[in-house]
Amino acid sequence: MNAPDTGLAPQSFKSDIKPVWCPGCGDFSVLAAITRALAMLGLRPEEVAIVSGIGCSSRIPAYTTCYGFHGVHGRALPAATGLKIARPELTVIVAGGDGDGYSIGGNHFLHACRRNVDLTYLVMDNHVYGMTKGQPSPTTEPGWSSKLAPGGTGVREFHPLVVALASGANFIARGFSGDPNGCARLIAEAVRHPGFSFVEILSPCVTFRPDQRAWKDLVRPAPVEPTDDPARAARRLMTDDGFNLGILYKGRRAPYAPAREPRTALAELAKEFAL
Amino acid sequence: MSSPLASVSVALAGSGGAGVMTAGNMLLEALARAGYYGLMTRSSGPQIRGGESVAMVRAATFPADGPDDRFHVLVAIDWQNVVRFADEIPLGPESLIVGDPAQGEPPEHFARCGARFASVPFKAIAKAIAGGWPNMVALGLLGGLMGLAREALEAAVARASRKGGEASEANLAALRAGLAEAAKLGAAFALAAPPARTPRWLVTGNEAAGYGALAGGVRFVAAYPITPATELLEWMAPALARLGGTLVQAEDELASINMILGASYGGVPALTATSGPGLALMTEALGLGVAAEIPIVVVDVMRTGPSTGIATKTEQADLNIALYGLHGDAPHVVVAPNSLADCCAATQWAVELAEALQVPAIVLSDQYFGQARGVVERPVVRESAPRRLTAQPDGAAYRRYALTPSGVSPMAIPGTPGLAYTADGLEHNERGTPSSQPADHLAQLEKRARKLEAFDCGERWASVEGEGEIAVLTFGSPTAAAREAVVRAAADGVRARLVSVRLLSPAQPARLAQALAGVERVLVVEQNHSGQFLRYLRSVCALPREVASLRRPGPLPFRPGEIHRRLVEWSRA
Repeated sequence: MNAPDTGLAPQSFKSDIKPVWCPGCGDFSVLAAITRALAMLGLRPEEVAIVSGIGCSSRIPAYTTCYGFHGVHGRALPAATGLKIARPELTVIVAGGDGDGYSIGGNHFLHACRRNVDLTYLVMDNHVYGMTKGQPSPTTEPGWSSKLAPGGTGVREFHPLVVALASGANFIARGFSGDPNGCARLIAEAVRHPGFSFVEILSPCVTFRPDQRAWKDLVRPAPVEPTDDPARAARRLMTDDGFNLGILYKGRRAPYAPAREPRTALAELAKEFAL
Repeated sequence: MSSPLASVSVALAGSGGAGVMTAGNMLLEALARAGYYGLMTRSSGPQIRGGESVAMVRAATFPADGPDDRFHVLVAIDWQNVVRFADEIPLGPESLIVGDPAQGEPPEHFARCGARFASVPFKAIAKAIAGGWPNMVALGLLGGLMGLAREALEAAVARASRKGGEASEANLAALRAGLAEAAKLGAAFALAAPPARTPRWLVTGNEAAGYGALAGGVRFVAAYPITPATELLEWMAPALARLGGTLVQAEDELASINMILGASYGGVPALTATSGPGLALMTEALGLGVAAEIPIVVVDVMRTGPSTGIATKTEQADLNIALYGLHGDAPHVVVAPNSLADCCAATQWAVELAEALQVPAIVLSDQYFGQARGVVERPVVRESAPRRLTAQPDGAAYRRYALTPSGVSPMAIPGTPGLAYTADGLEHNERGTPSSQPADHLAQLEKRARKLEAFDCGERWASVEGEGEIAVLTFGSPTAAAREAVVRAAADGVRARLVSVRLLSPAQPARLAQALAGVERVLVVEQNHSGQFLRYLRSVCALPREVASLRRPGPLPFRPGEIHRRLVEWSRA
């Protein structure tokens, strides 16, 4: 990885605000991975905006020294889309959890993949609603029992990577918070790749899903190279057990970038009304 | 022959493909060319495409932004389902109904109103002209009945055809045939001489609002299609592209409003347009705009509610949601244009207010203004200077939500070094750091309220016209009918003043009291079933002793007569 030297260490991207997360939360490592990636990319904090919705992981913007937007639940992707189209020179990273992104914000996920604006979307997936204290999310296993769904939901999990591919995402990767250096490389690569880049990061919730401590023994580097062939990627993702790490798809779609050159003055537009 | 009229209203109806809208637009264009003011509204059956429709055109020697009480002429190219428009086309014994004898008798409803009936064989006349269309015959007939100069009609037809050549010749021949038919009937509804020429626009309320938004500096729009706001967006899409801005069609209204919040956070003035159902979906994010102090503008082209309601018809029933729909204590701006041309100025003003106060502004337009096309006085439009107070690095620790005397704090635009902050819907301290401390919550609530309280809105808060001890108090599209009612009441010896409120929120109780000084009776006119405007007025200001409510829901627009009658009756009670 070529790291342009701006003299900024990862620490320069970390704010003085103490996270609300539980000790042992995977999101601490994701925060570290983001700051490392930004240092690797040679960006300055003011050139980056981090946009989020609601949830534990959505608290992340204020923990950085970048510009941040902590909006309403499920709507991080639209806010980031508006920001990036209005200010294309900014690096815009969207961050959130599985509930925010796949449940309340599910429709925006489909359309962000389809629209292919040059954004990087990091989903810290822990298969649970942590902020509201332990309800099943779209990626929760059907048999996981909770107060809200005793005995489990009985509903099969959402497959975000498959949905992302089918919807047109231009970059699909999976990381694990237990490997912050690997995550940092994935994030940097995702930011560099044009168009909509989606990085699913397995980030255990040690409080409500202590069983996820076992993830560290289940994850493995994907035994394949990234492909730019959607058909191959589809086969790969459809048979994936959810623990293969790395870049799984790198597409070649041109990002959505409307022309922004003014061609006329306001008064010209009034001529069609003038009598 | 009757004496020339200051206002003539005509309706042209027919089934799908009869071209009544084309002919209606040409008539409006001809009126404009002849120096008259005019207004065209349209109505269609429920079919997605085709189906019966009616073009309603009012011509006047004065700016007329609303309908008259009755139509002078109804021309039906055929009668298929035209009766569905009966309530929209009130006729009287002085009216004239013209139908094609080959299409049968007019429906019983129209026969009952006592209007004179005349036959013109539109289809047969058109058939005799190679490439001739019945709607052009009808256009000639209507123009002739109104006493319009042939040249103005021909110019309007030629402009619409543009191609010249055979089709245009056929249209002109059909037009002349229609004029000949009118001559046989006599110019029964001739307009009085046109007024002195002034600079005017031929524009719809939706287009005017779009232009006002651009003049205010909007360069980013995200929206989801919805009747009757879609035309505003369709006008803005190419216009924004020409100005170097962008319109994004969002996946839904939730996305629309969050996209504009993102764009405006990035420093680009941003707007969305919708109608009631969309506004309902947007209210959560409007609260974010208030809390995070991000300027945005939402144009609500109101239609009949609740729920899907009557999507193509007008009503003023979104006032409550515009004022109160936000959760928490969420002060924001609500502006209502009170004329078709004011859709431009009021929307521009809303952008300026939003930017200056770093707050969401809602523009309450409605279907009547939005989809009506009118000949109006050219709005006074200047391109707004940027009004957002932005922060510059000064070495001090940046406090995005600093407690300033005005309540407005300098806003850092992403990209500015040294000022990075997180815009947050969570309650926060001055720096923007999330806080659940009571003192921070109170201080930020007061700051956000202070912005609107301390702001001086100037004279634009309302249109105040006339003198008298009785006042008509209204807002939005009923203003036109109310203005005509006040003029007619004066002819009956009843002096009344008109107060049409443009700035609905923040409320202006002191200015309203001043506008109503010496008034003993107030008639509050609004187009909804529950009297939302009156309830709001009672909650924010002191009204004179005697207050009467003239309210009714859509879908029909207010007509001057109903307000005039009420004014005169009340003044004599």
